[in-house]
This record gives sequence, structure tokens and C-alpha cells, in this order.
Amino acid sequence: MSILPLMLDGVSLRRDGRVLIDDVSLTIAAGPKTVILGPNGAGKSLLLRLCHGLIGPSAGRVRWSGPEAGSARRRQAMVFQKPVMLRRSVRANIAYGLRLHGHAAAVRAARIDRVLARTGLAALAERPAAVLSGGEQQRLALARAWALEPDVLFLDEPTANLDPGATGAVEAIVAEMHGGGAKIVMTTHDLAQARRLADEVVFLQRGRVAEHAPAADFFAAPASEAAAAFLAGRLFW
Amino acid sequence: MTDIPAAFLTALRLIVTLDPQLAGIVGRSLYVSLSAVVIAGAIGLPLGAAIAVYRFPGRRAAIVLLNGLMALPAVFIGLTVYLLVSRAGPLGFLGILFTPAAMILAQCLLITPIIAALSHQVLRALYESYREQLCSLGARPRQIVWTLLWDARFGLTTVVMAGFGRAVAEVGAAIIVGGNIDRVTRVMTTTIALETSKGNLSLALALGVVLVLVAVGVNALAALLSGATAPRG
Repeated sequence: MSILPLMLDGVSLRRDGRVLIDDVSLTIAAGPKTVILGPNGAGKSLLLRLCHGLIGPSAGRVRWSGPEAGSARRRQAMVFQKPVMLRRSVRANIAYGLRLHGHAAAVRAARIDRVLARTGLAALAERPAAVLSGGEQQRLALARAWALEPDVLFLDEPTANLDPGATGAVEAIVAEMHGGGAKIVMTTHDLAQARRLADEVVFLQRGRVAEHAPAADFFAAPASEAAAAFLAGRLFW
Repeated sequence: MTDIPAAFLTALRLIVTLDPQLAGIVGRSLYVSLSAVVIAGAIGLPLGAAIAVYRFPGRRAAIVLLNGLMALPAVFIGLTVYLLVSRAGPLGFLGILFTPAAMILAQCLLITPIIAALSHQVLRALYESYREQLCSLGARPRQIVWTLLWDARFGLTTVVMAGFGRAVAEVGAAIIVGGNIDRVTRVMTTTIALETSKGNLSLALALGVVLVLVAVGVNALAALLSGATAPRG
């Protein structure tokens, strides 16, 4: 039982007369790790925020159409490019989300201990979150999302500010969450990361979906000119 | 003006020996202004946070108004409260004119806008950085308000201290609605005004010194509190 699939139907987003997302129709189904790929300014982050419901579309519809769609709001989580740390301890940061979701204290404690162990943060549990390193903060953001046991996890360029070691740790956690049954929808502009993680690719170019294909097909033989240029490292306007 | 050094020495003696008259006035001052700051904080802090979080028609105007009210002269507030609580006024039935209660009410009106406007400024930036994450976690605006107040508690201590400083140092409202009645509504600032005009410089000076010490001490305490316990980084 899941809130998926997520259907976008003719979704557009306009700001100050500019079209940022242009008539996107897309179905994101349960299962494969979906990577939204594209150059800077293609609208990847905005598309992710539209999917997650942080912003509303100017036109079109975003709707969850799975059997559990009624509780969609509480069954998705998001990790941002720059982790947002509440000015509290590591443990309290995770507890905060669980409390908002109405979990009892005993459930909270058990889940917190589990995700702290799985993200390697157990030793830092009582530290103020603000003193953690960038990589540790991103792991905490993942732990906070993981504790909610979401059906869908959105990740917006989660490793853009991290070194290779921290990036590897984040990718390992994402893979483990996916293994546990969470649907992964992640944006990246990093081709190597997309190759490592993607099961399917949504390629975005100037606010439009240029291509939506299984990762193997996409990387072997991109169907669109824009994607081919991006893969070859050429500029394409 | 040769008696100024002498007055200063007498002032110091009054402070060091904890002169009962002096102590009574200081205690009354603290009672009135601390009461005012507690009530004003209970109203002003959530108000400032709500204005930072909620979007409603007229929000901009409310912010401008609040910032403007920060500059309200104490004597004007004193006059307003006087008219409200005097026998013929709408709150006349309370019978609180020339009591500490009236002074607390006036100081509340004086500093609630200050606390609300300053806390709005502190919380606006924090809200910007929290907004998406808290929405993603499913927080409702009311929950966001309390989250902001809790997470910014050290910064807000300074805001409350600013309000206390304004309340304890104002003289206009206290003298109009309190009446400067000995042992009832006579506080530090009104005593200084009275004793200076009577030429009793030593008591005035002693109270002036205490007033400065209280103001500096309270702010030092706030700095110490936030410095010692605020999260680093």
C-alpha cells in the first residue's frame, strides 16, 4: 500500500511572467530510483518542490493516486541541498519531525535510536546540530526523514556541497532507504552520481521534460538532442 | 556646585547601607517593570512570531504600524491610560488610577510594540531558513510559531531585556498614572525627578546610580545567559 503513483498533469509554473516549469506531464511510479537530471536552471528543484507540495503549480495538477493517497502529506519527506538544522540537539532534531507526525514518546525513542545507528550519528546524539560538519548535518537530515518512514523521499541535490567521502555516505544511506521500500526521487546535475544511483532518469531542459527513460537506455542512447549534448558535456541552449 | 561630591558620597552610603527608603523605591520599580515586561512578553513575543509566519491582508501595514508604535512617547501613553482608568473613563470601574496596576498597564502598552517589532525582526530571518523544512515535516503555522520562539530563545532574551530597559527607565507614564505617591507608586525615575527638583541630590543620585546598575546588570545577565548557553556556530 502506497501513496504512489504520483501524477503530474500539464503542470506549469510561472513567476513574474517567466515560465519556469512548462507543461510537464509525468507519472512517477513506485519502485525504481528516479533521478531528475539536467543543467543548472533547468527547473529541477522547482519540479521537486511541486511534487512535494511545497509550492503550487500555476496551471495543471499534481496528484497522488495510490491507495493511500489520502495521507500523502505525512507519507513523504524531503532532504534539501542545504540541510536545515533546528537549534537543538541531534536527537531533538529527529524527535521534532516524529512529534509533528503524532508519534508517542516510546515510538519516537525507538525510531531515533535506530536511525542514529544506521546513519552513524549515535555518538553525536546529544550534540547541538549546529556544530556538526556539513556531511554530518546532511546525514542528520536523512536520519530525520528516515525516522518518519516515508513512502517517498525527495532529495534536492543532497550532495552538492559535500566532499567525496560524505557524498558516498549519503548515497549509501539513500540506497539503504530504497532497499527498505522507500521510493527515491532525487535531483542532481552530477552525471557521475546519476549513473551510480539512477534506475530511471527524467531529463529536464528549460522547464520541460526532454526525456523520461530507464537509466540504462538513457545513458546508452539518449533520445533527445538536449540529453545527448548534456551527456557529452557540450553546452546546449 | 560644591555639594555634588558630597551628594555623591551620601548616595554611595545610601546604596551600601541598603537604606530602607531607597530599597523600597528600587523594589517597587522592579516589581512594576518586571510585571509589565512579563505581560508584554507574553503578548509581544507570540505576536511578533505570528506576524513573521502568517500571511494576511494588511500584514505590511501592521509591521509599519508596529515599528511606528515603538517610538510612542511615554507621556502620551500615560495620558491615554489616565483617560482610560480615571473615574469617568471606560475602565474607571477598575479603580486603579494612582496604583501600581495602572503603571504596569501603561508600561505594558509602552513596551509590547517594542517586543513585538523586535522579535518579528529576529524571527523573520529564522523563519525564512526554516520555512521549507518545517512545511515538509508537516508543521502547521501555529506549530511553526512555537518552534521559532523556542529556537530563537536566546536572541529573544535580548529583545525582552530591551523592553525591560525601556519600562524601568521611563518616567512620563509612571508619573501621570501613578501620581508619584510615597510608598505606593513612587519608583526610581519619578523619585529622581521629584528629589532633583527639591534639591535633594543625594537620594536622586543614589537612585540614578542604581538605575544605571540595574540596566547594565540586566543586560550583562542577558549577554551572559545567551553567551553561556547559546549553541555555538
